[in-house]
Amino acid sequence: MNHLSEIKPATPLNPRRRAIIVGASVGMGAALAKKLTQEGYVAALVARQADKLNALCAEINAAAGETRALAYPHDVTHYDDVPNLLRKIVADLGGLDAFVLMAGINFPPGGIDSYNFDHDRQMAEVNYIGAMAWLNPVAEMFQAARRGQIVGVGSVAGDRGRIANLGYNASKAALATYLEALRNRLTRFGVNVLTVKPGFVQTDMLKAAAGPTPFAIPPEKAADDIYRAMRRRKQTLYTPFFWRYIMLVIQHIPSFIFRRLSI
Amino acid sequence: MLNTFTRLENFGHSLDAPAYVVQPRNGVDVYSVFKKAKRLGLTVTARGAGRSYNDAALNGGGIVLDMTAMNQILEWNPESGVVRCEPGVTLEQLWQRVEPDGWWPPVVSGTMRTTLGGCLAANIHGKNNFKMGVIGEHVVEFAAVLPTGAEITCSPKKNADLFYAMIGGYGMLGVFTSVTMQMKRVYSGLLSVDAYPAPNLSRHLSALEDGAPNHDYIVGWLDTFASGAALGRGQIHAARYLREGEDPNPQETLKLKNQILPPMIFGVFPKSILYQFMKPFANNLGWRMVNLAKYVASLPKHTFRQPHAAFHFLLDYVPNWELSYGRGGLIQYQSFLPKESAEAAWTEILRFSQKRNMPSYLGVTKRHRPDNFLLTHAVDGFSLALDFKVREATRPRMAGMLREFDEIVLEHGGRFYFAKNGETTAQTAQAFYGEETVKRFKKLKKRCDPNGLLESNLYRRIFEG
Repeated sequence: MNHLSEIKPATPLNPRRRAIIVGASVGMGAALAKKLTQEGYVAALVARQADKLNALCAEINAAAGETRALAYPHDVTHYDDVPNLLRKIVADLGGLDAFVLMAGINFPPGGIDSYNFDHDRQMAEVNYIGAMAWLNPVAEMFQAARRGQIVGVGSVAGDRGRIANLGYNASKAALATYLEALRNRLTRFGVNVLTVKPGFVQTDMLKAAAGPTPFAIPPEKAADDIYRAMRRRKQTLYTPFFWRYIMLVIQHIPSFIFRRLSI
Repeated sequence: MLNTFTRLENFGHSLDAPAYVVQPRNGVDVYSVFKKAKRLGLTVTARGAGRSYNDAALNGGGIVLDMTAMNQILEWNPESGVVRCEPGVTLEQLWQRVEPDGWWPPVVSGTMRTTLGGCLAANIHGKNNFKMGVIGEHVVEFAAVLPTGAEITCSPKKNADLFYAMIGGYGMLGVFTSVTMQMKRVYSGLLSVDAYPAPNLSRHLSALEDGAPNHDYIVGWLDTFASGAALGRGQIHAARYLREGEDPNPQETLKLKNQILPPMIFGVFPKSILYQFMKPFANNLGWRMVNLAKYVASLPKHTFRQPHAAFHFLLDYVPNWELSYGRGGLIQYQSFLPKESAEAAWTEILRFSQKRNMPSYLGVTKRHRPDNFLLTHAVDGFSLALDFKVREATRPRMAGMLREFDEIVLEHGGRFYFAKNGETTAQTAQAFYGEETVKRFKKLKKRCDPNGLLESNLYRRIFEG
């Protein structure tokens, strides 16, 4: 009656960790979906575009020779749908070990004169409110089960408010703070919360970016880094790693200088 | 009611599955859960004490009925020895109630923590399977709620098809709400136990076969590390009830205080922490030494008297012993083989595991007889239960080894028991049940549970995989 008939059930000698990836159809999400399923996970892939999602699942399952990815089309701004969808996915997977929140949007930043409330609102609705709509029930579930791992993908852009893209910076900063709060609450229940802060990754989002995008890495590299950090149950991951030091410097530039810079 | 998950594990701590846990108090509660599950598109599994080694009482992502609140002994007649219980009553509650009146449950498991509902669902056997059969043979009648909402009563005469399918049906047809059973009369709180060694597998099995007719219980311990000419050596414990008059003071030996397992060793050392001291031995070398020492100690043949509880509930002797296996937990592999082919099959299996350097740490043998239940596991022959430690690094290799074991057992006409084996595939299950049996079970399933609400991890593995 559910997808489980397609998925081989977990057994002690083949425990099959189970993951949900929200925002899985393209870019880093798709790369992580491939990585996790290659590593033996069964993954529920959630994204807006059903056709892309189905194609990705077909590709993954063909490569694995068995069903390891299942598609669940969903728009993260349909907040009220989340509890039922989550319940269905967890029943289909037979449990849940990891939840990855990857969904995010960014609009090409305008110039220093540009203000666009509509864009800012959409970014807040997807990147932050949509994230909370998923993270809340997932966190509640993991807390009760006293086990689990949450991965939230923020951005180096959330580490400092910059002149170019006000709404994006703010939405990612909000998400990072929310994840930190979640980590502080959930660590005592044995739940790991990993905040991922990618630099520039060669995705569709990057193509839309104006201006220089130094040190851009392919999404597969970011996915490998995220998987390694998940295995080690890390708290924060910058990918590639040197962004940690770049951002450390940027975060410590005093405001009286920073507000005169054009970054 | 269905907001939060609870992480549930198997008894071996080698598999976990989160579920929405609901605690029903009666059949009406059970039915309301069925209705809710149907509305939400979830599945339901009943769980007793959670003592199954594997996935029989797990339902990952679904609803689990925790039956332990339905734990009343409803009627006990010390004249006839008939008892009526709710399904959450444990064997511990049961024997402690009936034993002082001179009765004993006719079939018990190696632990007293199991519930009657769970015992019926798995149709358990004891060390007296060759004589008393499975627990289902002592059930006078039971009541159950089906997912359709029907409340039914089954006995060997009434609804006989469901009686023989629901007992041993792993809770996949309905949920028991009461069980009526016949107890066995005993004339002493003690058993007379003969212990003697068996130097190899052939002698081990013939000792079980020859010892059974003269005893009420028989069980063998098998040294899983012995190889070559000593392969399959071990020790037999064969016990019989004392006849009326043989115990000069039955009132005294039947008293609970003379049955209950002491919580201390030597009166000072609490057993509840003993498993911590077993941890350093939970590796190949440690258990090799334990097995060797046990065999040497078993060499002198002797006879002694032992209380029922001490003889039967060996698994309760060291509380939480299963935790000594560490993080990966343990699994058990039990195969049932006809007496003609058992020696050949187990010689192959024991050699195989030793050669692969994944030895079992503990082996237990029993004597069995067939029964009339639809999903029966018993044969006219023997069973061998092997415990294995699960390690992260050897998981895939061990899975491959158990698949090979399955083939060996099937080739030799053997069967499996799903309170124990957690890796058996649907194909293997089909092969030993036979297509006809599976078809009959699925037909009954369709009738009792048309919407497919009752599903456990075990069901999905065996009947849908």
